[in-house]
Amino acid sequence: MLTFILKRILEAIPTLLVLITVSFFLMHSAPGSPFSGERTLPPEVLANINAKYHLDEPVINQFFYYLGGLLQGDLGPSFRYKDFTINELIAQSFPVSAEIGLWSFLVALVIGVGCGVIAALRQNSWVDYSVMAVANLGIVLPNFVLAPLCILVFSIYNQWLPPGGWNGGAWPYLVMPVIAMSTSYIAQIARITRGSMIETMHSNFIRTAKAKGLPKHRIIFKHALRPAMLPVISYLGPAFVGIITGSVIVDVYFGTGGIGQHFINGALNRDYSMVMGVTILVGTLTILFNAVVDVLYALIDPKIRY
Amino acid sequence: MLLDKALNSDTNLLEVDNLQVAFHTPDGTVTAVNNLNFTLGQGETLGIVGESGSGKSQTAFALMGLLAKNGNIQGEARFEGDNILSLSDKAMNRIRSKDIAMIFQDPMTSLNPYMKVGEQLIEVLTLHKGMKKAEAFEASVKMLDAVKMPEARKRMAMYPHEFSGGMRQRVMIAMALLCQPKLLIADEPTTALDVTVQAQILTLLNELKSDFNTSIIMITHDLGVVAGLCDKVLVMYAGQTMEYGTAEDIFYHPTHPYTQGLLKAIPRLDSDSGLLATIPGNPPNLLNLPAGCPFEARCEFARAQCLTQAPRLDTFASGQRAACHKPTEGWAV
Repeated sequence: MLTFILKRILEAIPTLLVLITVSFFLMHSAPGSPFSGERTLPPEVLANINAKYHLDEPVINQFFYYLGGLLQGDLGPSFRYKDFTINELIAQSFPVSAEIGLWSFLVALVIGVGCGVIAALRQNSWVDYSVMAVANLGIVLPNFVLAPLCILVFSIYNQWLPPGGWNGGAWPYLVMPVIAMSTSYIAQIARITRGSMIETMHSNFIRTAKAKGLPKHRIIFKHALRPAMLPVISYLGPAFVGIITGSVIVDVYFGTGGIGQHFINGALNRDYSMVMGVTILVGTLTILFNAVVDVLYALIDPKIRY
Repeated sequence: MLLDKALNSDTNLLEVDNLQVAFHTPDGTVTAVNNLNFTLGQGETLGIVGESGSGKSQTAFALMGLLAKNGNIQGEARFEGDNILSLSDKAMNRIRSKDIAMIFQDPMTSLNPYMKVGEQLIEVLTLHKGMKKAEAFEASVKMLDAVKMPEARKRMAMYPHEFSGGMRQRVMIAMALLCQPKLLIADEPTTALDVTVQAQILTLLNELKSDFNTSIIMITHDLGVVAGLCDKVLVMYAGQTMEYGTAEDIFYHPTHPYTQGLLKAIPRLDSDSGLLATIPGNPPNLLNLPAGCPFEARCEFARAQCLTQAPRLDTFASGQRAACHKPTEGWAV
């Protein structure tokens, strides 16, 4: 297992390198630059700025400057937020997204799996149908609709929760972002769990467990849940990354200041180092959580050994 | 030997009366088991024989309370005097594995692939016998030894995928016998195994039968298995009893054309022609059973009467029963 983890870390390096190279050159091949806004700068000023950020040199040189900085853990200065480095910006916003993401993930996992299992055990009953109807609603209801609805209900009609802000992650500020983030994931997880659980409950080894006279709760928790979780776990890896990094809507509506805003602003502003920074962050997280999924798989399924 | 001891006597472990299993499907009601009657004494082995879809396995599932949700049971099955068909799931759980255990057809998929074999054995004993884990572990090792599992102790920590098919079936048998049940239902326990392993498993069952004095219901389509193991035989076709008698009667004096056909279909090494004897045709659709004898369409003795009138299950002087209009003697083709 340890060699497997080590191997995965080593494998991640070339993958990230390819990711960095491709996104760097793609971004730089697009016309325009961070400073070619509507408000044109005097040519002398522009030349000075370009020289400062090495933008006057060939792209290949810029690439190696960037790589050199990266090796020292430096994601470079922001092209947009003066006096801020990307490291500082990410260090500021990532913990916010991570906290919202972690809570959303836990909420989605617990409620999603719970609903899925209940629906599966009551297959084709009204319980099943209503759980799945709500789940479908959760999938088709986008979070940019859900977020303002939340504000309307919890902050405007009833003054229960603050409509936005972060306040260091105090729980009243967390509730609505977590609801908006987790709803569609709850729905997806519930659907996957239900299908997988139904299949498992029909398998021969569950029939054996029944023939052994085991009580229902033991059959479900001891015999069925583990294999039924396998498809859920393979969904969770990418989902977790999505939850942590995909907070654009949440950041916009609730002004939480998470990392999601940087995706959009970085791209719109052609803030090269910001786009690179978040790309590397998402790439690393994706590789990390896929490895975690693989390890979890091996822990659950004895047929998988590394 | 007597086929059925006195009805309702204490000597019968299991008495099945008019068992009927029906499934409600969108296409209509499928009657998988129709009006089945048999008894099983302590230490006896009953073979239930029939081709695929004849209702053998559904009979077993009905007795274990393991029918699919759309299944519907009628009739009675008295186990030690109590009708187990009317028991609640909870009450049934106290009997399952403790008094009545079952071995399934497919050992490759019947063990939980995500749990250690030892754990799957131990949980039976901690549940039914209230044993401590260590005690249950030792008892399980002992039972694995009894089913001739080599290196039993070491195998407790292994997963099912590390076992061969024959070994898995031994684990299943060991699991079924852990509580020394009074009745063992074996649903085609050797079908998925190759021939040499089949022979080993049957020898094992035979030994266990005499060691533990367990009554066995052996469900099979292999008459060879029946001959080696069973005291009584029930021949099923389309969910109904065709013939019921002692193993001797069935093998040496079969009266029903279907039984006779099955016996003829056993491959023989000494036969002159290289062709295998078969019973031409297919079983009837259970959704739409014929009014007369279900075997009529395939029977070489069939007459007009067979088409319109279902034969009664007649009892002969020996106790043997058969459901056929054809008298034992003198009915030419």
